Amino acid sequence: MIRMMRHALHAGRGALCLRSFSETRGEVIEDVLQRTDSARLTNEASLYVHWPYCLRRCSYCNFNKYIPRENNDHMMTECLQRETETLLQLSQVSCITSVFFGGGTPSLAHPSTIAAVLETVSRQANLSDTAEVTLEVNPTPVGRSKLEDFFHAGVNRFSIGVQSLQDEDLKVLGRDHSPQQALLTVAEARRLCPGRVSVDVMFGRPKQSVESWENELSELLRVCDDHVSLYQLTLERGTQLFKQVLEGEVTLPTEEETAEMYLCARKTLHQHGLLQYEVSNFARQNAVSHHNRSYWKGTQYIGVGPGAHGRFVPVGEGGVLREARTQTLEPDIWMREVQQKGHATRRRIQLSHLELLEEVLVMGMRMTEGIDHKHWELFSPQLGLHEVFGTSSDVQELLQRGQLILDERGLRCSWEGLALLDSLLPALLVELERRVSLRLQEDEHAKGQTNRTSNTR
Amino acid sequence: MAIVPVINKIDLKNADPERVESQIEKVFDIPCEECIRISAKLGINIEEVLRAVVERIPPPAASIDEPFKALVFDSTFDHYRGVVANIALFGGRVKKGDKIVSAYLGKTYEVNELGLLRPAEHPTQKLFAGQVGYIIAGMKDVKEAQIGDTLYLQEHPVETLPGFKPAKAMVFAGMYPMDQSEYPALRSAIERLTLNDSSVTVQRDSSMALGAGWRLGFLGLLHMEVFNQRLEQEYNASVIVTAPTVPYKAVLSSPKLIKEHGSEEITVVNPSLFPDRAVVSEYLEPMVLGTILTPDSYTGKIMTLALNRRGIQQNMVYIDDQRVMMKYLFPLNEIVVDFYDLLKSMSSGYASFDYENAGYQAADLIKMNILLNGEPVEELITIVHRERAYNMGKAMCERLKDSIPRQMFEVAIQAAIGSKVIARETIKAFRKNVLAKCYGGDITRKMKLLKRQAEGKKRMRRIGNVEVPKDAFINVLKRKEK
Repeated sequence: MIRMMRHALHAGRGALCLRSFSETRGEVIEDVLQRTDSARLTNEASLYVHWPYCLRRCSYCNFNKYIPRENNDHMMTECLQRETETLLQLSQVSCITSVFFGGGTPSLAHPSTIAAVLETVSRQANLSDTAEVTLEVNPTPVGRSKLEDFFHAGVNRFSIGVQSLQDEDLKVLGRDHSPQQALLTVAEARRLCPGRVSVDVMFGRPKQSVESWENELSELLRVCDDHVSLYQLTLERGTQLFKQVLEGEVTLPTEEETAEMYLCARKTLHQHGLLQYEVSNFARQNAVSHHNRSYWKGTQYIGVGPGAHGRFVPVGEGGVLREARTQTLEPDIWMREVQQKGHATRRRIQLSHLELLEEVLVMGMRMTEGIDHKHWELFSPQLGLHEVFGTSSDVQELLQRGQLILDERGLRCSWEGLALLDSLLPALLVELERRVSLRLQEDEHAKGQTNRTSNTR
Repeated sequence: MAIVPVINKIDLKNADPERVESQIEKVFDIPCEECIRISAKLGINIEEVLRAVVERIPPPAASIDEPFKALVFDSTFDHYRGVVANIALFGGRVKKGDKIVSAYLGKTYEVNELGLLRPAEHPTQKLFAGQVGYIIAGMKDVKEAQIGDTLYLQEHPVETLPGFKPAKAMVFAGMYPMDQSEYPALRSAIERLTLNDSSVTVQRDSSMALGAGWRLGFLGLLHMEVFNQRLEQEYNASVIVTAPTVPYKAVLSSPKLIKEHGSEEITVVNPSLFPDRAVVSEYLEPMVLGTILTPDSYTGKIMTLALNRRGIQQNMVYIDDQRVMMKYLFPLNEIVVDFYDLLKSMSSGYASFDYENAGYQAADLIKMNILLNGEPVEELITIVHRERAYNMGKAMCERLKDSIPRQMFEVAIQAAIGSKVIARETIKAFRKNVLAKCYGGDITRKMKLLKRQAEGKKRMRRIGNVEVPKDAFINVLKRKEK
């Protein structure tokens, strides 16, 4: 922590955010500033920066990634800076709480790119010295060799795409590194940012069995840091893997086996102190990902770069509603638009009150802590959780079955319920819509009444 | 009855008039010499036919001096003039202004217009015994001019002409609109189609699954298919057609029920109203006498098919050295769905099938229930012969399994007779159903998907604890696609 402060960037990383924080690693105590909570909603945001380039395509990946024909790094960096500046101004946030560099393969970028973007942020808003700055890393030897420079550039958390510790599987997935290289990368990252390294692993891979998965997990648990992300391999249309499965070249484990893999992984990680805090994320020693948590908490986020997504209120334009925004997908076109207009926002959709609540609900329920009453109140001051969900017979059934919990803390899934979240959500959404529209009708009616009474005076 | 046998298409390469003549002689006992060989396409021997009609067919045995008596053999509906009945006069005469009576309904009408068919309508002042023509007498509904009915003058009632039986529907099908909002449109389409087809019986019906609809009765499967096609093509109606059911009968044994229904023998058309075994002395199912004509190379396969359909052979005879004629007594419901199609396909189209009503016979019928996690589904109650119950039950369970989405608990789909389960399918519970990654773009996609599921959920029905989409029942009830 102290070392990071010494390496603090040059002027611009102005005043600290209006938050107090403890010295314990990464922990931030939400404190006395409850009174400014609703102002905080539009006052702060997290920043996501997308580096779209990759050297190769992994067979399963459907992210917005491109294999560059020529080196556009310099222009890309400049455009990233430009768009960051523009969107920060548009959002009028005074504080950026965390930064996440994703992609593509962000670790292909030059560390100076990271530094440049961070600097731009600091010029526009407060970026605390202790704000989480994460970089996704592809654990090749090249990636590993750059870690220290990234660290000096301002990165204080590494998310390493290990995916698998089986050489064969890595090949099937189209990865360009070996298990050993991955492990070495993890070690180096831990050296630089102890307690702030996350490892991504995939299950439900072709030819995987529950047993081999268990063994792999044990091996992983010996060398990982304090944060693990477990992702089920999902077949996406348009990927090479999808085609291979369709044509029968590759077979995935059955649904039963995959479910078993997930459930036993949860148990195993728990046994090693890695507590599940979200559907796919596990941490010990409080090493949660603050950036991702802010997604699930429904806070604003600004997406910069080709295909990036954002959710914020364009206060700078006089906006009052939160918008769902997407940046242009294709890097070349994106760069052109950024150069012309300062940003390359392709889509902007205003979120109605109901839509915003729906997102808060869906995202919040992904966390094991769920949604607490105070948090819900931030977005729905008039309708509390009990009011919305307490009387529905469908919800009652879920509560009785022990899949859902609604109590003085708030609304959340039980351990069993979390694995079936997508089966629970439709019922919750139906109820939410019902209640909100009802309240809207009542309000309209009431408004009508008062108008009438005032007119008769 | 005089028959003039005419053998057509002698111009075809593989025509074999001699063979056909000898078949005719064998089957119908008509001497070969009476056959007239023609080619309508090339115009060969047509004169012969006309001459034979004049020479061989006796004039109608009718006297102008007898009281007026006419047979209605067809009717159509004209929007401006009302019902136009086609009649054949068997006695007396009739003119404009006469008061005539329909024997079937006992209603009196005044003749507005009449004439001959040449083949277009050719109005005249009078019609005489022996003539065939049309008559318009202020009837508003085609049902007032029943085919086979007798017309006579009000002052001179006569004995009805023999052989009049109201056209009996033998095949039933449920017809429902895709969505209840389309009910009025479908109703008017059916009304208009049946205006010109008095042989279709229409009964309002409703099913919990499909809403309000009709149970229509047709003279045959082909009749039904044509009707359906016309509905879709001419009236743009989209219809759910449920498997045809046949009119079962039950002989009640409970005096209370007999009084309630007004008779001992009742017809059961709606499965959920099927009377329980305890109050019934016997169940009856309609039978038909089917005649199958086939080249003898397919005989084996066809006999197997017939046996499969609970057919009992009555007769089998070779009508020539290559073709066989078989008569089978079939339960009607065994042939109303796809018997004809199967017969045709297994004989490469060479076999032919015809059937006639053969009354009712006692049958071991049972009411089969479909249960979802123990909860019975009323819309899917089926009346079925005990021998067929397993196959039917299994098929329904399988179709349901494909139509019901997975739930968070296991779903047991069962077919049961009383308390005995005869078939079962299981839908496994979800053990894991949650999106692994939900960042950025995933969120938008996921929200869309979830909202769609939430919408779908609003439209689902709850049966016990199982959520069932509306079209699940349609999938089970509708006729199998060919």
